[in-house]
Amino acid sequence: MRGSHVIAEAATLAGCRFYAGYPITPQNELPEYMSGRFAKLEDATFIQAESELAAINILMGASMTGARVMTSSSSPGISLKQEGISYMAGMELPAVIVNIMRGGPGLGNIAPSQQDYFQATRGGGHGGYRTIVLAPYSGQELVTLTMKAFDLADTYRMPVVLLGDGLIGQMMEPVTFPEPVDPATLPKKEWTLSGAKGRDSRLIASLLLDPVKMEQHNWKLARKYETISQRETAYEPYLLDDATLAVVAFGTAARIAKGAVNRARKEGIKAGLFRPITLWPFPETELKTLAGKVKHILVFEMNLGQMLEDVRLSVGTEAAIHFHGRPGGIISTPQEIADVIIKLAYRHELD
Amino acid sequence: MVKQVFKKPESLKENIYHYCPGCGHSIIHRLIAEVIDEFGIREKTIGVPPAGCAVLAYNYLDVDMGEAPHGRAVAVATGIKRARPDFVVFTYQGDGDIAAIGTAETIHAANRGERLTVIFVNNGVYGMTGGQMAPTTLLGQITTTTPGGRVGLRDGYPLDLSQMLAVAAGSVYVERTSVTSPKNVIKTKKAIKKAFQVQMDDLGFSLVEILSPCPTNWKLSSVDSCKRINEEVVKNYPLKVIKDTTQTNG
Repeated sequence: MRGSHVIAEAATLAGCRFYAGYPITPQNELPEYMSGRFAKLEDATFIQAESELAAINILMGASMTGARVMTSSSSPGISLKQEGISYMAGMELPAVIVNIMRGGPGLGNIAPSQQDYFQATRGGGHGGYRTIVLAPYSGQELVTLTMKAFDLADTYRMPVVLLGDGLIGQMMEPVTFPEPVDPATLPKKEWTLSGAKGRDSRLIASLLLDPVKMEQHNWKLARKYETISQRETAYEPYLLDDATLAVVAFGTAARIAKGAVNRARKEGIKAGLFRPITLWPFPETELKTLAGKVKHILVFEMNLGQMLEDVRLSVGTEAAIHFHGRPGGIISTPQEIADVIIKLAYRHELD
Repeated sequence: MVKQVFKKPESLKENIYHYCPGCGHSIIHRLIAEVIDEFGIREKTIGVPPAGCAVLAYNYLDVDMGEAPHGRAVAVATGIKRARPDFVVFTYQGDGDIAAIGTAETIHAANRGERLTVIFVNNGVYGMTGGQMAPTTLLGQITTTTPGGRVGLRDGYPLDLSQMLAVAAGSVYVERTSVTSPKNVIKTKKAIKKAFQVQMDDLGFSLVEILSPCPTNWKLSSVDSCKRINEEVVKNYPLKVIKDTTQTNG
């Protein structure tokens, strides 16, 4: 099943009943699937909006009523959605936002790329907020992480970003789906706009003119982000037990890196892979621990070094950090990365 | 024996208005509250305030409200209404909000026939930011960003958004009124009531544009502000039912 269809199906199974989006390549298969899937459900709404701005704001309204909501787009469209994402972060509204990344600034291109790591992991819009960022790397993980994204969004009342690229969206892999979640059985949200019946009228807003209240709210968000950092980091270790060199890569780059590690192992090099699954919160403690064991870390990204900054912040001086990146949508081969590993091993006399 | 002939609507809170003396917002808030009371829909009405002076509408209207980014009120309202079609959803927007930054969202919501009611308060300036030129500002009108008066080929011409919205097939009822006299206030209330009715009858998009005074930024007295609307503003924005297809749509 195609990656973008897997996301749409998994969202539906997670109880998502509201989608608003705007066409942009390379993610069009997702709304196309969603429109057909939702047409078969009486309680679901699909809206093709007039712009990404409209889509995210429509989503905001739906989220205010407590619905599980999702939008999807690609880099330039995600930039437009940042307005709404910032408001939703401020108003503590859950939503799942899929970014199938393009390469480069502006229109860039539609080839697989990881150019939006900074934008995704630093909040993206104004106001110093965070979004949880999940980086799936396989078809099956698209199922589990898409479904998990909705739970995280509801638990922490915030937008959650699913960060993929054209390769993740287009690749076809067999997947298995769990039983669908019945939206009616989800925990009741007590904060929604539901009509002021038997209670005071309710307001969902991000405007806090009083500096004392604004500061309190920002502290509240900060405490929430701290909790998430402590509880929700996820990563996959691969062949790290005896490794002297660890590759750090996420998403599509991690697929390539896995192949590269296997090739390097065949050459007798003890290479392993550390694959962050959550990009925010970044698994910094786990990576720091690993850095105490390996001497060298190779960061591989399909950009020119964005996650690299988080690796540096996590690792400090515990290990030497090297970088290899392709920034324009060129997909490295496993051999290209294996060659980088092999060179490093020779240069630093690693076994 | 004392008989009460006038009282605060149930759907209006006790708070003191923060609006300037002579501002039209307080009258319009009250009219909306009266209409909600008369329909008995307070418990299922959701409001979406704009960015601007009326962002604090939720301090006065005693219904559930969800704030929208500048210009996006109709998009946010669309999300609310589509997710909960049983709600009565209205937006409250100024002319800068709806006719400049939110033009696209508004036209497309109207074109989709979203079952929403828009209260569009047109005072011809950006009030809260200090009286800058709005899309609705009249030609020659002096604002803080048109110190020599608005010039069409430089600053753009006064935009009649309501007329544009009437073209959209999904809009059912569009009327322009004002709040410059008791008679006009009564007409405005009637229009608001009809616009809510159109929504509740599931017919399509409804909007009431209300010409409203902004004495502070116009640098006129309250009385002169109303006079200005009656004598000058209505020439550009005539008070009338711009579109009403309730019969054909109903």
